[in-house]
Amino acid sequence: MPLEIDIEKQLADFTLNVKFHAPDGPLAILGASGAGKTMLLRCIAGLETPERGRIVLKGRTLFDSDANVNLPARERCIGLLFQNYALFPHRTVAQNIGFGLTALTATERDARVAHLAARTQVVELVGRSARELSGGEQQRVALARALAIDPKALLLDEPLSAMDTHLRSQVETLLEETFQSHARPALVVTHNIEEAYRISQDLLVLSRGHVVAHGPKHEVWRRPANTEVARLTGCKNITRAQVEPDGTVTAIDWRLRLTLAHPAPASTRWIGIRAHHIEFPDALAQETPRSAPPPQNQNAFPCWLAHHSETPFRMTVFLRTRELEKSEDEIELQAELTKPEWDRLRTIEQPWRVRLSPENLFPMDS
Amino acid sequence: MAPVTDWSPLWISLATSIVATMLTLVVGVAAAAWRGRRRGPLAVVVDSIFLLPLVLPPTVVGFLLLVIFGRRSPIGALLAKLDATIVFSWPATVIAAATVSFPLMYLTARAALEQVDPTLAEAARTLGAGESRVLREILLPLAWPGILAGTVLAFARALGEFGATLMIAGDIPGRTETIPLAIYFAVESGDMQRAWMWCAIDVAISLVLLGGLYYWTNAQRAASGVRKTTRRTDAA
Repeated sequence: MPLEIDIEKQLADFTLNVKFHAPDGPLAILGASGAGKTMLLRCIAGLETPERGRIVLKGRTLFDSDANVNLPARERCIGLLFQNYALFPHRTVAQNIGFGLTALTATERDARVAHLAARTQVVELVGRSARELSGGEQQRVALARALAIDPKALLLDEPLSAMDTHLRSQVETLLEETFQSHARPALVVTHNIEEAYRISQDLLVLSRGHVVAHGPKHEVWRRPANTEVARLTGCKNITRAQVEPDGTVTAIDWRLRLTLAHPAPASTRWIGIRAHHIEFPDALAQETPRSAPPPQNQNAFPCWLAHHSETPFRMTVFLRTRELEKSEDEIELQAELTKPEWDRLRTIEQPWRVRLSPENLFPMDS
Repeated sequence: MAPVTDWSPLWISLATSIVATMLTLVVGVAAAAWRGRRRGPLAVVVDSIFLLPLVLPPTVVGFLLLVIFGRRSPIGALLAKLDATIVFSWPATVIAAATVSFPLMYLTARAALEQVDPTLAEAARTLGAGESRVLREILLPLAWPGILAGTVLAFARALGEFGATLMIAGDIPGRTETIPLAIYFAVESGDMQRAWMWCAIDVAISLVLLGGLYYWTNAQRAASGVRKTTRRTDAA
């Protein structure tokens, strides 16, 4: 594998203990704030020294505590895009981009800077001072500067988090082109599951310094290995669960008896379902003939609306599996519908029929 | 009253302060850059030693310098072999002034260097820059305003140096008599007019220095203010 990482570093309140291999191309690293994502990037770039372990990039050992190898950052040839971009404010854009190109002659350097400026769409900015740039411009220049040294790996720290929606899609396109232009590992740190999902095929989930999931994004998404991964990947509905002798599962917090697509393993302690997987059979498109027998009554039960919240295209509804009891107003399920579905659903008298399709329920051990 | 004809204290003071400030600038910035963001016991010990001249009475500094450069010390013996004497000569005024102004330079340079966003130096390192290039091209240019302010402070302190100078350089008119020494000995001999004149000159030099620093700081602030406004307009 082009990038092999196995490191251990004591942080303020937990130990960063990470082991994984990354192929060429983008790998999204997902984790909550303070999970150790930035520290991981800093260790790979050589700005921090792990206590123990090995970092090997394209066959070159960057760090090996056993062999006493610890290349300084300047010799690692890794492009790191800082969260604050870290442009040199006293230099022009062209000087920033060309900073790492000391081995070239002035003419070669100018040509390379012009080429990178064109690729990152900052041609008209090259003469400007770095401190005159907007956030999005700074980021493009910082990316051009990191790419200038033709890095063996690219590390991007939250490249999309400070962008507005319009800018974000531009930057995403730029990053995609960058990833495709050159075969090298590109680790992209983010705390946003949607970003992570769009950026790469594989997903690595980091929690309190540990890799809690790593694999193709669809698998990590559909079958989270544990509740932590489920939550970090945006799963809103998780309940304690108990496996019954007949293979069904009692969802303790939802007070439901549910059937899973495959009999739940005996070790199952939790089950979950994503908000957009919750179905409302009665709110399906009108074309469904009313007379047709409801195809699946399995895992269907009545629900009452607690409250709802609106986004431009979707509606989030918070549901209870019991009618409101005076002493208790706990919300049990969170579902997401499209606006047309919601418009139909709201005309139906409560309780609504809600279905948790067996294929979309996933069991978890911890 | 006889007119003052001997201007040598002014030239000696200026020459001493300029040379001492240049020394202290180079050594102070080098020390601050070396100290950098180091933490731990060594940094504390080094800091304490570097700041001693600031807290010790100048007579103590002068006495210690006298011991260090006197004939009985290894340094003094070496100088004697080279047929050079430091004590009670003009270089002694420079050594005294540089020693007492060093802590001010060191402190301001360290603060100025620490103020530079550490990710800038880190970015430079990931782009292949060695430590000396990081210092020359990133840290010093960005810390420059603070270092310049420290230089002015150090110069002012060097100009006002009295106690240590008297201890190690003595008061030799035309050779080691700086303005502060001239004032002291004028008062001691009852020559109030001469004392007044040197006091007026000292005040004038200090006012020019402080005025210049104030003007320059304001200009800096105005410049950065303009930049901020530009950025805000851009973002809007």
